[in-house]
Amino acid sequence: MNEHVVFMLQLIITGIAVGGVYALMALGFVLIYKASSVVNFGPGELVLFGAYISWATILQMGLPLYVAFPLTLVTSVVLGLIIERGVLRPLIGQPLISVIMVTFGFASVIRGVLNMVWGSDTKPFPALFSSEPFHLGPVPVSPVHLWSFVMIILLLGGFSLFFKFSLTGTAMRATADNQQVALSLGVSVKRIFALSWCIATAVSALGGVILGSVRGGVDFSLADLGLKVFPVVILGGLDSVVGAIVGGILIGVFENLSGGYLDPILGGGVKEVAPFAALVVILMLRPYGLFGKINIERV
Amino acid sequence: MQCGGFRVSYRSDERIFETYTPIVAIVLLLAALCTVPLFATTYWLDVLNRIGIAIIGALGLNILIGYTGQISIGHAAFLAVGAYATAILEAKAGLPFYLAIPLAALLTSVFGLMFGLPSLRLKGLYLAIATLAAHFITTYVIIHWESMTNGVLGFLVPPATIFGFPLDSDARIFYLIFALVVPAACCTKNLFRTKVGRAFIAIRDRDVAAEVIGVSLFKYKLLAFLISSFYAGVAGGLMAHHSRILFVDAFTLLVAIDYLAMIIIGGMGSVLGSIFGAAFMTLLPEVLKLSATSLTGVYPQAFGLIASTRDVIFGLAIIFFLMFEPQGLARIWLRFRNYWKLWPYSY
Repeated sequence: MNEHVVFMLQLIITGIAVGGVYALMALGFVLIYKASSVVNFGPGELVLFGAYISWATILQMGLPLYVAFPLTLVTSVVLGLIIERGVLRPLIGQPLISVIMVTFGFASVIRGVLNMVWGSDTKPFPALFSSEPFHLGPVPVSPVHLWSFVMIILLLGGFSLFFKFSLTGTAMRATADNQQVALSLGVSVKRIFALSWCIATAVSALGGVILGSVRGGVDFSLADLGLKVFPVVILGGLDSVVGAIVGGILIGVFENLSGGYLDPILGGGVKEVAPFAALVVILMLRPYGLFGKINIERV
Repeated sequence: MQCGGFRVSYRSDERIFETYTPIVAIVLLLAALCTVPLFATTYWLDVLNRIGIAIIGALGLNILIGYTGQISIGHAAFLAVGAYATAILEAKAGLPFYLAIPLAALLTSVFGLMFGLPSLRLKGLYLAIATLAAHFITTYVIIHWESMTNGVLGFLVPPATIFGFPLDSDARIFYLIFALVVPAACCTKNLFRTKVGRAFIAIRDRDVAAEVIGVSLFKYKLLAFLISSFYAGVAGGLMAHHSRILFVDAFTLLVAIDYLAMIIIGGMGSVLGSIFGAAFMTLLPEVLKLSATSLTGVYPQAFGLIASTRDVIFGLAIIFFLMFEPQGLARIWLRFRNYWKLWPYSY
């Protein structure tokens, strides 16, 4: 196999690994949007929060992984509950701009508090897996990428089963479909809202841990990745869980490929902007995304 | 003493000021502002200048979001286009600033129209996301169009000169900025007494209904983007002359969020709100800086905490206003004024 193909395969594999994290963030976003029609403009800060908490528990406090990991998840779930209860529930029924701004608001608070407590310098993240690459055919693959991909697949598969078969998952789908009907059938919509935030923050925290170990360090640039969730959910449709997963991986691969091939021509930074260019094109062609529900308005 | 509205004609219903007191107060305030550069320090002049620029930018954003209801997270990109267009027109084409700023503002309006085009198909959330994407694309182009914008190296702007008199100090640029703030505020106030302004408000309240009663969505949505980005272009041009060196870093997404926060905290759909919000958001970091300076004796690390404290207070302020005072500082001011107007016989 010649080296062009190897180069391309390598870009695709890294893209899939990064895309998996996008898929996790998008899953959180879609869950919240489906359940409560809240658009979260701070997904990156939730990822950042998870990454910092896991850094603090593993390295700063020196806890073993099997304690640190659940602790991170629990803290994130508590954060999700606080946000839902304290900030978003009072704003139910307010105009869209208020909801968007309030998510910017709590994102800013999270960033500020993390910065206050731990400072803004890069924190070394423990290597959870060996860094020795192994060969998948002719393509070198680093174990971090492989393991993160496996974890993401397991998680996403678990969630799909949860939504499909468990009672709570069914209740969540019912709420997303029609809140009033769900209420009349005895689903506690309030609890579903809270639950969707808990799942979203927990999933984002996992994304943070994975990103931290992939990059080998945690800093505030992680939060900027959060905005990549928008190309993903626009591609996949705002209210489609499957769309979020497929879209996440597609966007990850797309940005890596465009970065790899266009950077030498256009002079760097294509990776950051390519997903957004794709977003504009998708919106122009299909204003509600590829799998999104078309909103019919009546006066 | 006035204790209610007694309007008997459309003319009196449309009046901006119901009594003469606010007119006198505003004239006195403007006169006082004219004398500020005589005694204020450079530091406070700089702060006032930034407030003035922010007022123009916030007025523009308020026309778009507060009055027309089209959510845009791309305001920083408008400002950037205005600033870079002004700088390029002056440094490369050699135009004087009094031609460059209006021309740059017109260019920004054309750019704003391009932002506005998706608004015909996209609504609410989708429009917000599209403007977010446009922001990233714009900053990417500015960084990489190096022959025009100098990329990341920064763009030096020559000082504005009027009839051979350079506007190169904070005090001199102060007059230029506030000479533009006053007409900007007046135009905004008057815009909403016209057919166009009422069409904007109709679109905000319910766009489908507005179209049914004969408001052309195509025309007025684009017009809202046009006017809003014209204001942003002027603000950007003033920014170029105020800081005299342009970096893309001055136009990050956080700047766009700051402007959104200005109109939320100040008050959406209110000229006074834009002014209050601009002042609040500009003064917040300054007040923190001052308190950190006074705290360094007690707590030496205080200075390092400014940025993070600002983030926290900024976020809490947004949350607080949205939850408890959605109409912002303008509403608080109105309540305050009405209380004292009728005091002590408030019933």
